Amino acid sequence: MTIYADNAATTKLSKTALNAMLPYLEEAYGNPSSLYAIGQRAKEGLEDARERVARCLGCTARELTFTSGGSEADNQALRSAAQQGARKGKKHIISTRFEHHAVLHPLKRLEGEGFEVTLLDVHANGVVEPEQVARAIREDTCLVSVMYANNEIGTVQPIAEIGKLCREKGVLFHTDAVQAVGHLPIDLAELPVDYLTLSGHKFHGPKGVGALFARRGAPLASLIEGGAQERGKRAGTENVASIAGMAAALEEATGGLDASVPRLTALRDRLIAGLEEIPYCELNGDRLRRLPGNVNFCFEGIEGESLLLLLDDKGISASSGSACTSGSLDPSHVLLAIGRPHEVAHGSLRLTLGADATEEEVDYLIASVKDVVAYLRGMSPFWRDLCSGKRPHVFEK
Amino acid sequence: MALYSEKVMDHFRNPRNVGVIEDADGVGEVGNPVCGDIMKIYLKIEDDKIKDVKFETFGCGSAIASSSMATEMIMGKPISEAITLTNRAVTEALDGLPAHKLHCSVLAEEAVKTAVRDYYDRNGIAYDPSQFPSGEDCAHCDRA
Repeated sequence: MTIYADNAATTKLSKTALNAMLPYLEEAYGNPSSLYAIGQRAKEGLEDARERVARCLGCTARELTFTSGGSEADNQALRSAAQQGARKGKKHIISTRFEHHAVLHPLKRLEGEGFEVTLLDVHANGVVEPEQVARAIREDTCLVSVMYANNEIGTVQPIAEIGKLCREKGVLFHTDAVQAVGHLPIDLAELPVDYLTLSGHKFHGPKGVGALFARRGAPLASLIEGGAQERGKRAGTENVASIAGMAAALEEATGGLDASVPRLTALRDRLIAGLEEIPYCELNGDRLRRLPGNVNFCFEGIEGESLLLLLDDKGISASSGSACTSGSLDPSHVLLAIGRPHEVAHGSLRLTLGADATEEEVDYLIASVKDVVAYLRGMSPFWRDLCSGKRPHVFEK
Repeated sequence: MALYSEKVMDHFRNPRNVGVIEDADGVGEVGNPVCGDIMKIYLKIEDDKIKDVKFETFGCGSAIASSSMATEMIMGKPISEAITLTNRAVTEALDGLPAHKLHCSVLAEEAVKTAVRDYYDRNGIAYDPSQFPSGEDCAHCDRA
């Protein structure tokens, strides 16, 4: 059996998305800025896709800027709000410790430019409480950026509440919703956010395309100069085929949410229950306030990369927050942010289910992880020390 | 995965000499759980030769493969030869390691040497301390 269980990393392109892309690769390949027919057909496809994405999200087409993906959209949102903040003498930004690096790294750069950044704690359950944001907002706060759902541990943040209080205080609010769009119902007509980031390949669209929602009136700066595309907010010939594919994938994903959310949630909980039978492991992140397809565990006594390699041998694609898989000395900043000590953070496993996951696959995942964990513990001197009491257990059971 | 050579994957998938020697003559443990890798080498020594060697490793694929390869390289060898094992030799025997994994081969070398030193210590055999790693400290990060 082969199971792709790394859908938070990327997803398989859906047939619907692929079919929506082909006309713009094969026939209407013109430049949307050209005035002849195949250029104008591409332009129509582009604007049609914008309308369709807007309908899925409950915003207007004018509020959407297509980008190369989530990272660019995050950068653009932060930079836009920061530039306005600097003009007004407001140079304080609030975010969280477990944001994606596409938010944390630009914030680091802004710090170097004289901004002050407050990163909020995310607690053991991986959820930021609105009161924390309320307490952190100051007179000179120009932006709050809190991710909709965490990419590693899947915890869903109280975005509506945080957005409401940002609005009351007159502070711009950005949410990186890369993991949430197409996976949870989102209605921008109701949700009080000023900026929202999304990425096509997280909901069975193509890679290399995303969008930034910037609510009417929210400042929007251009990161890429060199042309009037995207109303002057993003130079460069538009990736029409991918934008069309993303729109089709989003319609498919959001149209199926009523069925997919309960179905995936049930599969997720089955997977969690199965893995919890393994001794000395713990679920990372809140059990209920989490994405339908996200399961993330820490196992004592083993290291994540060897776990992934052996799961790969069993046909399972998964990911880990261990240092060895990140290529750095430190394990995942997300796991450290929720208080996991290094020694168990190295032994983490993330399984993220796709739209077509089945119960049979979940059972195979459970059996395979149990096998591999037991095998690796069998050769681990660390596990031996934990069992003999020479080193203390981190988890209770 | 193309991250590793076939040799690394072979030793990772089918590690040689995994286990414990209960009545070992020398035991060496290096690394620490904070860094994410621990290697433990057990030696059985007779007539100044490594009669048996076993290992246990907590760590990534290359850590397991490096330990496995190191045990294979010293099995049956005179101690004098075993303590000349270098991380470079382990890496070469594995047909190379990615740059950020080279420390795994260093750990393997240190685990072997630490086990030999333990054997010397237990038997009151004099040795030159500069030939051995400084202790159980992880040399690759300072959090130990």
